[in-house]
Amino acid sequence: MNILVCLKQVPDTDRVAVDPVTGSLKREGAGTKMNPYDLYALEAALQLRAQCGGRVSVLTMGPPQAAEVIREAYAMGADEGMLLTDRAFAGADVLATAYTLSQGVALAGDYDLILCGKQTTDGDTAQVGPEMSEFLGLPCVAQVSRIVPDPSGGTLTLSADMGDRVLTLRVQTPCLLCVDGGANVPRLPSYLKKKATADKPIRTLGKADLPDQSEQVYGSAGSPTGVRRIFTPEHHTEHRLHEGGSAALAQLVADKLTEWKVL
Amino acid sequence: MGQLVIHHDQVTDPAALVATCPFGALEVQDGRVTVNAACKLCRVCVKRAKNGEITYIEEQTPAIDLTEWQGIAVCAEQNGGQLHPVTFELIGRGRQLADKAGQSLSCVLMGQGLDAAVAELRHYPIDSLFVYDHPALRDFRMEPYTATLADFVTARRPAVLLAGGTPLGRQLAPRVAARFRTGLTADCTVLDIGPDGELVQIRPAFGGNIMAQIATTRHRPQMATVRYKVMQACPRAATPLGGQVIPCALPKEGLLSGVTVLASEPKPPVRYLEEADIIVAAGQGVKTKEDLALVRALADALGGELAASRPLIEAGWVSPRRQIGLSGRTVRPRLIITCGISGAVQFTAGMDSADHIIAINADKRAPIFRVAHEGIVGDLYEIIPALLAGLKDKRRNA
Repeated sequence: MNILVCLKQVPDTDRVAVDPVTGSLKREGAGTKMNPYDLYALEAALQLRAQCGGRVSVLTMGPPQAAEVIREAYAMGADEGMLLTDRAFAGADVLATAYTLSQGVALAGDYDLILCGKQTTDGDTAQVGPEMSEFLGLPCVAQVSRIVPDPSGGTLTLSADMGDRVLTLRVQTPCLLCVDGGANVPRLPSYLKKKATADKPIRTLGKADLPDQSEQVYGSAGSPTGVRRIFTPEHHTEHRLHEGGSAALAQLVADKLTEWKVL
Repeated sequence: MGQLVIHHDQVTDPAALVATCPFGALEVQDGRVTVNAACKLCRVCVKRAKNGEITYIEEQTPAIDLTEWQGIAVCAEQNGGQLHPVTFELIGRGRQLADKAGQSLSCVLMGQGLDAAVAELRHYPIDSLFVYDHPALRDFRMEPYTATLADFVTARRPAVLLAGGTPLGRQLAPRVAARFRTGLTADCTVLDIGPDGELVQIRPAFGGNIMAQIATTRHRPQMATVRYKVMQACPRAATPLGGQVIPCALPKEGLLSGVTVLASEPKPPVRYLEEADIIVAAGQGVKTKEDLALVRALADALGGELAASRPLIEAGWVSPRRQIGLSGRTVRPRLIITCGISGAVQFTAGMDSADHIIAINADKRAPIFRVAHEGIVGDLYEIIPALLAGLKDKRRNA
């Protein structure tokens, strides 16, 4: 089974804030990491490969340094990596990102299965996977916690979490699945694999390589949404701060609980 | 949306200009500053580049004729004929938006065996209720549901389409948005409508303590999802109201799907965090997995549920089902006590509408104290045991 896993590089800190004086964004530290939810998708792909054979390819879009997540995927065992990077992709919202990735998929070779993480930790939208599936015309299931290839081939049996119920589904391949967080235990990158793949090539593609050459579908031009303004959340209610000895503070909490009729 | 233009003749210090971007999206290539794929169009660079080195040009030509798209629409959600309560919250906000914009509110309901759900929805102030009742829609499958919702959108052309930020809505809405190549803003915490009919969508963004106002200017419908328990539910009228009920035929495409439902089973009866009256939540201030017992003991003593912020879920200490925040659950309990949680907006967006919020945290500058009603600056390892001892005494004396 040939599997394509979509990855994203995200900031490794959530300490992004608006400067109260200048009103501009500031980010402490410039560290990045692979989106934690993508690790479950990659692990699921590696387990399926161990079971059925085939190839695990990874695909990401981002600035040139997003190649780091492909290196990490190599150290976990991915066979091939593709990076979509181009100034033409700047300012892409969810829709333009999903479209660009789906264009990249067209160049990634034959696949039976595309896996995405549940969502990213910087955007938290969970939208890219389903939007890609629409552009690719593929069946799609999200919140997938279990993937079992059917012995006859051509279909998979899945468990999908719908919040209050679990669906057991049979889905035709090729298809796109969004893998739930906690679906498995992602392996750690291997030092030996990391060393062995240090020179492994990463296929790097830009807009000129993609099938759709229209200017209107990529980056900001291809993004129906835009940010009007950014601001720090306001807090209206009264907030009291208490300091002092632990015993006194514990008493204060107990008094509040009594006052609120919790006790 | 628009784009950034760099005026190279104005650039005297390329490195300084590059430094204006918080996302590393500006870089120097062949001596010229360029924008790379990391750009989020936040326009911080425009604000910071004082000599007009970068300007922002709004795109002018609408992609479609916006006047053809009118009215507010809400996607109802049901399972087995039982309406999901987020539906009433969407109707509540949708009605307010429709009244403010002087437009109508329609609602679309998809499924099989919907008579009771239709009867229930008639108690709510919907102008037109569109009903797709068909065996192909019995269980949620993305392709038939997308075809059906797309049929509604094509026929009715709503300016705004709202869906629940539920496991179902979070899959269905993006596929429909992609079909119409329109914008979708996930998990909005505030929705309003501007005088020009533009949907004002506010949500936490960029993975940090920031809110962003998002607009879908040149595409329709303007789509947004809203988490359960974020908006106020619409009050139910005692008698059915006068809204129209319009039965609709399943579009042909609705029969096509690569997915077959083999079984649909209710999840084992765990108590959902959303329903908990009292929640005690643990964060990174809890140093080891074993120490969680302390926080759990407090939850038990108060008859509440244990919850956690994202780092403890990622560490595998706590089940994802107990995660509060944008990547977890949104809760609105009577009381929440956070223990060792610093309070990134990703977390607080999931709990800041609780009736009473107590935060215990060692760092007095932690953002959680801007959300907490009673902020306790101290060591949870001392305060919780003291509190537990006090609760025990109280019970003994009672």
